[in-house]
Amino acid sequence: MRTLIMKNQHKEGLRQKSKKERAKRSNSDKIFDGVIFVILTIVLLIVAYPLYFIIISSFSDPAAVAGGNVTWRPIGFTLDGYEAVFKEENVMRGFLNSIIYTTVGVLINLGVTIPTSYALSREDFFGKKAVTIFYLITMFISGGLMPTYLVVQSLGMINTMWALVVPGALSVYNMIVARTFFKTNLPLELLESAKLDGCGNTKFFIHIALPLSGPIIAILVLFYGIGHWNSYFSGLLYIIDQEKFPLQLVLRNILINNALRQTQSILTEEALKEAERLRQVTELMKYSLIIVSSIPVMILYPFIQKHFVKGVMLGSVKG
Amino acid sequence: MKGKSMKLKTNHSFWKKIANNFDLYLFVLPGMIITTIFHYIPLYGVQIAFRNFSARKGIWGSAWVGMEHFQRFFDSASFEMVLWNTFALSLYSLIAGFPIPILLALFLNSFRHKRYRKVIQTVTYAPNFISTVVMCGMLMLFLSPRIGIANHIIGLFGVEPINFMGEQSMWRHIYVWSGVWQTAGWNSVIYFAALSGVSPEYHEAAVVDGASKLQRMWYVDLPFLIPVITILLILNCGSILSIGFEKAYLLQNPLNLNVSEIISTYVYKVGMIDNDISFSSAIGLFNSVINAILLISVNWISRKISENSLW
Repeated sequence: MRTLIMKNQHKEGLRQKSKKERAKRSNSDKIFDGVIFVILTIVLLIVAYPLYFIIISSFSDPAAVAGGNVTWRPIGFTLDGYEAVFKEENVMRGFLNSIIYTTVGVLINLGVTIPTSYALSREDFFGKKAVTIFYLITMFISGGLMPTYLVVQSLGMINTMWALVVPGALSVYNMIVARTFFKTNLPLELLESAKLDGCGNTKFFIHIALPLSGPIIAILVLFYGIGHWNSYFSGLLYIIDQEKFPLQLVLRNILINNALRQTQSILTEEALKEAERLRQVTELMKYSLIIVSSIPVMILYPFIQKHFVKGVMLGSVKG
Repeated sequence: MKGKSMKLKTNHSFWKKIANNFDLYLFVLPGMIITTIFHYIPLYGVQIAFRNFSARKGIWGSAWVGMEHFQRFFDSASFEMVLWNTFALSLYSLIAGFPIPILLALFLNSFRHKRYRKVIQTVTYAPNFISTVVMCGMLMLFLSPRIGIANHIIGLFGVEPINFMGEQSMWRHIYVWSGVWQTAGWNSVIYFAALSGVSPEYHEAAVVDGASKLQRMWYVDLPFLIPVITILLILNCGSILSIGFEKAYLLQNPLNLNVSEIISTYVYKVGMIDNDISFSSAIGLFNSVINAILLISVNWISRKISENSLW
């Protein structure tokens, strides 16, 4: 990791040095640079536009959105969509449920992952290889849906939060990322000198290793946290009661299955217009809902960017 | 000196080694218990694929029926369709989605403007963090037959509105390209990281030899990526039949079921909705076995050809 960063700095240095060289950039290189610039800009627009469109639509007059008039800026600014979201009881309850599931889930994840990966990062831990293989096997083969379901069922976890947070308590990938971090950041000498002072493994772990592992804890919180927040399948499988639905299940019902209160049959023209308006607001609400449900992730995104990339790179270091 | 003393320590007897780090075993215990319960016991429970599972009798009490469920699956009308759909969707995703992150990383790496590069990276990573449900919800909104923006746009060119999600011929394209949109940027991270390890000396040497930027990308950067590419390709090929449940299930509707029913959604429906637990397990097991065979063979081929392999 460290050598990688050093090489990077070296490379940046060279970039600056190459100013002289830039003067003699050939024509073909200029064309090349131009083509890359154009391609990357197109990619940027393709990725950004749908996201941008959701945002401006969520603030626009529902009729304008439905009519296809909203293209590059909000039209007829309104917060009706957001109002509808906050009035929707299911959404608010799902939001709260997901916050609870995510918090509890991440705490369990950390409690299991960090000690495990610390122990496995120790060269002098006898049986390290066997335990690692024990975990790696589960990355490649699994019992499948029904056998897993039956285990969860026999433990009485169906329709409880535990079915969502316990089975995935340890992700092997994250464990490897954390192990690599400990390996590179806690040199053996540190442990040796602590041991000379009469410090045992547990004491070392709690008083020295943990305080030094801020970055990896941040990465794990983000990896696991986003995983829980976005998870949908386990809720679909294990949660039966509407009141316990995680947010993603509520979202599915509204965004995909259109499970919102439908209006009654209408007679007068006035009521017909009102019904049409209501239908449009319901559509608009979907845009706002997408934004609201993504708020926690958006708040975290600046951290995610920096730490996740580091995490992915740690994970890609073989070991 | 210190290294030596560590060596000496590890030469002690078996029990001594364990007693030395007694508490480390407690550290790994919770994870091992949970993994045993939720990964190894289900592995053992796979035997219900060969039994007629009944909840009343439990796994042990249920009668053995051998390969009956597998035979039933192979003979069923859905078999060919489900298998083909899974395979086609997976292969299409792989062919469309695999090279793009590599190209993106190569382009970004040779892009001079650092700040603009950051912007591009920040934006292209973002969709990866959108949940599958939201992603599918966005598709529904954009592709909605009456009010979706896609239909407004093609309307400008005088094309009649299309019910995209109901159109069988469209479904795979929608599935695959929305996936590319969502993950390409993020998947480029690993290649980008690998490229930052390319020693600048190679580039200097290439410049001295009069290589153009395109040539440097092709002859210096790309070869550097080959090991990463191979490993990821092996992994992707190995899971060619395990294409995800969530997105396919969310994008399904009665009109597109002929192309959208894949093994994972079929396993879910048979097991959870029809409650045919043994049959569902048999299909799941069939899927895992095919994947394992694919993984092993692709790994074998790759080792023969390029000396890069997972093991």
